[in-house]
Amino acid sequence: MLRIKDLTVNYGGINALRSISLDVPDGKIVTLIGANGAGKSTTLRTISGLVKAASGSITWNDQELIGKPIDSIVSSGIAMAPEGRRVFADLTTLENLRIGAYLRTDKDQIEKDIEWVYSLFPRLKERSWQYAGTLSGGEQQMLAVGRALMSKPKLLMLDEPSLGLAPLVVQDIFKIIRVLNEQGVTVLLVEQNANMALKIADLAYVLETGSITLSGSGEELLTNPQVKEAYLGKKN
Amino acid sequence: MKTKKNLTSLILPVAFLILVFLLDQLIKPTDSMSMLLTVLQKGSVYALAAVSMNLLNGFTGLFSLGHAGFMLIGAYTYAIFTIPSQARDSVYQYFDALIRVSFPEVLSGALGGFGYVLGIALAVILAGAIAAVFAWLIGLPVLKLKSDYLAIATLGFAEIVRAIFQWQKLGPVTNGSNLLKSFERTSTFRITLGNGTVISFATFVPVLIAVICISLIVRLVNSTYGRAFKAVRDDEIAAEAMGINLARTKQLSFCTSCFFAGVAGAMMAMVLSIAQASNFKVAMTYEILLMVVLGGIGSISGSIIGAMLFISASEWWLRGLDSGSFLGINAPGIFRNGFRLVVFSLIIMVVVLFFRKGIMGDRELPEVIQGWRQKRQSRKRRAE
Repeated sequence: MLRIKDLTVNYGGINALRSISLDVPDGKIVTLIGANGAGKSTTLRTISGLVKAASGSITWNDQELIGKPIDSIVSSGIAMAPEGRRVFADLTTLENLRIGAYLRTDKDQIEKDIEWVYSLFPRLKERSWQYAGTLSGGEQQMLAVGRALMSKPKLLMLDEPSLGLAPLVVQDIFKIIRVLNEQGVTVLLVEQNANMALKIADLAYVLETGSITLSGSGEELLTNPQVKEAYLGKKN
Repeated sequence: MKTKKNLTSLILPVAFLILVFLLDQLIKPTDSMSMLLTVLQKGSVYALAAVSMNLLNGFTGLFSLGHAGFMLIGAYTYAIFTIPSQARDSVYQYFDALIRVSFPEVLSGALGGFGYVLGIALAVILAGAIAAVFAWLIGLPVLKLKSDYLAIATLGFAEIVRAIFQWQKLGPVTNGSNLLKSFERTSTFRITLGNGTVISFATFVPVLIAVICISLIVRLVNSTYGRAFKAVRDDEIAAEAMGINLARTKQLSFCTSCFFAGVAGAMMAMVLSIAQASNFKVAMTYEILLMVVLGGIGSISGSIIGAMLFISASEWWLRGLDSGSFLGINAPGIFRNGFRLVVFSLIIMVVVLFFRKGIMGDRELPEVIQGWRQKRQSRKRRAE
């Protein structure tokens, strides 16, 4: 279980996160929703070690993550599919997946996991020898998720997987998120598409300018009037 | 399929090496074809230098212009540790030589002919290793820099190295601004048999070293580390998120590249028979960069082709443009000293215009050949 306590992050002279606390219980789908600049991505980047925290603590199975180098965070079972996909454009699909397993040394199991990712995303198997830069947006997002899965994470963090994708493709991605969760992967999902995210989330947090203003189960927040008005665009 | 591919990739270099060995014996220095040997010697030096630069610039995306400096370090290291003791005092005529050991000499004293070869190999490896140590030290501060700034910093480093090696105070080691000579070089790589026949290895040795080093680089590029290099080149943040340690990966690529630059420097000393700091100017780095760009950034076979074409053209094919007659045309008035460079520059411009991404782009030779084969097969099928 991942537990964030009183986390404060300063980012380029502004307070990106102001003492936030949240829990990501094992085996659940947890989502962070909020407007642009609320600090959603910063939270994920701080957990993965890309951004340094100013104060507070992040514990993962009772181990402090703050101050740890990124590679040891990745090998402790936390993987991130960054915002905007960021696949390695001049590498093939297969090479991208192999990079995801960079810190692993169990060769046989890596081959099996590549097949596992291909079974989740059959499209990637067809594109296996294609350069990632030539894939469509949806395929690139699948690749970004597949690449993150190649480190065999217990916690998968997805930063806006629906960004810039057609509604049907977004549905596919969310289906996969559910499948992964059923296979035992804990998911921490950051989304602008609050409607989709809240529908699949067990637990949800609303971030506003660096602080958590609301939390509850996905269903609760879906019916919450404040959330409805601010993030779902519905008026009561 | 895979074993077949491995086998051809083994047979081709071996066949090439045997051919080079035979050429070494068949072509006499007075033949008109002796230029071919010169081109092969110099070409293999520059091919290795270009491939090692490509490892850094093309595969890791670190734009460094310090290659000549690292080659200089390699050339001097090799030269200093292979000067025979008889020749030492006449080489260091103004100084009292500090390093008084010659690897080939010491080892051949102990182990005979094998020791000589081992001594040369050791000196070459040491040349690379010392270049790599310098690279590691300089890499600590400068690898944090990006693109142009890294290029400027490494360029400055190369110039500083050149100045330091010419410094009189270091004379006992580097011979100051005087050149180093009389060390073991391609013209001493020969065996005289009992009946007086000479077997020459003058071209074989540099080509062999280049083949070994380039195949090591190919293996590296195709390994997990190679993939990490390319990942860092494509997207640093994503690479970091995958758990790739940016600083360590860049340092690894930089040191490896400079190791092979040092080896190329040692080969340069062997081929030219002298080592002199003033030869390793920035212009040399630019020439190597030109070969990389002509061949295709990110293609190892491209760098080799680029280096070979560059050396063949500048050393051999276009020579006539400087000396009065070219392709049977006699025009001493136009074909004078310097005209070769004009034509050469024009050719390069034309090549760059027609091959925007270099001759090979970012593909490798086996892929291209396979592509042709598939095309031919599909054409055949269509005809049927």
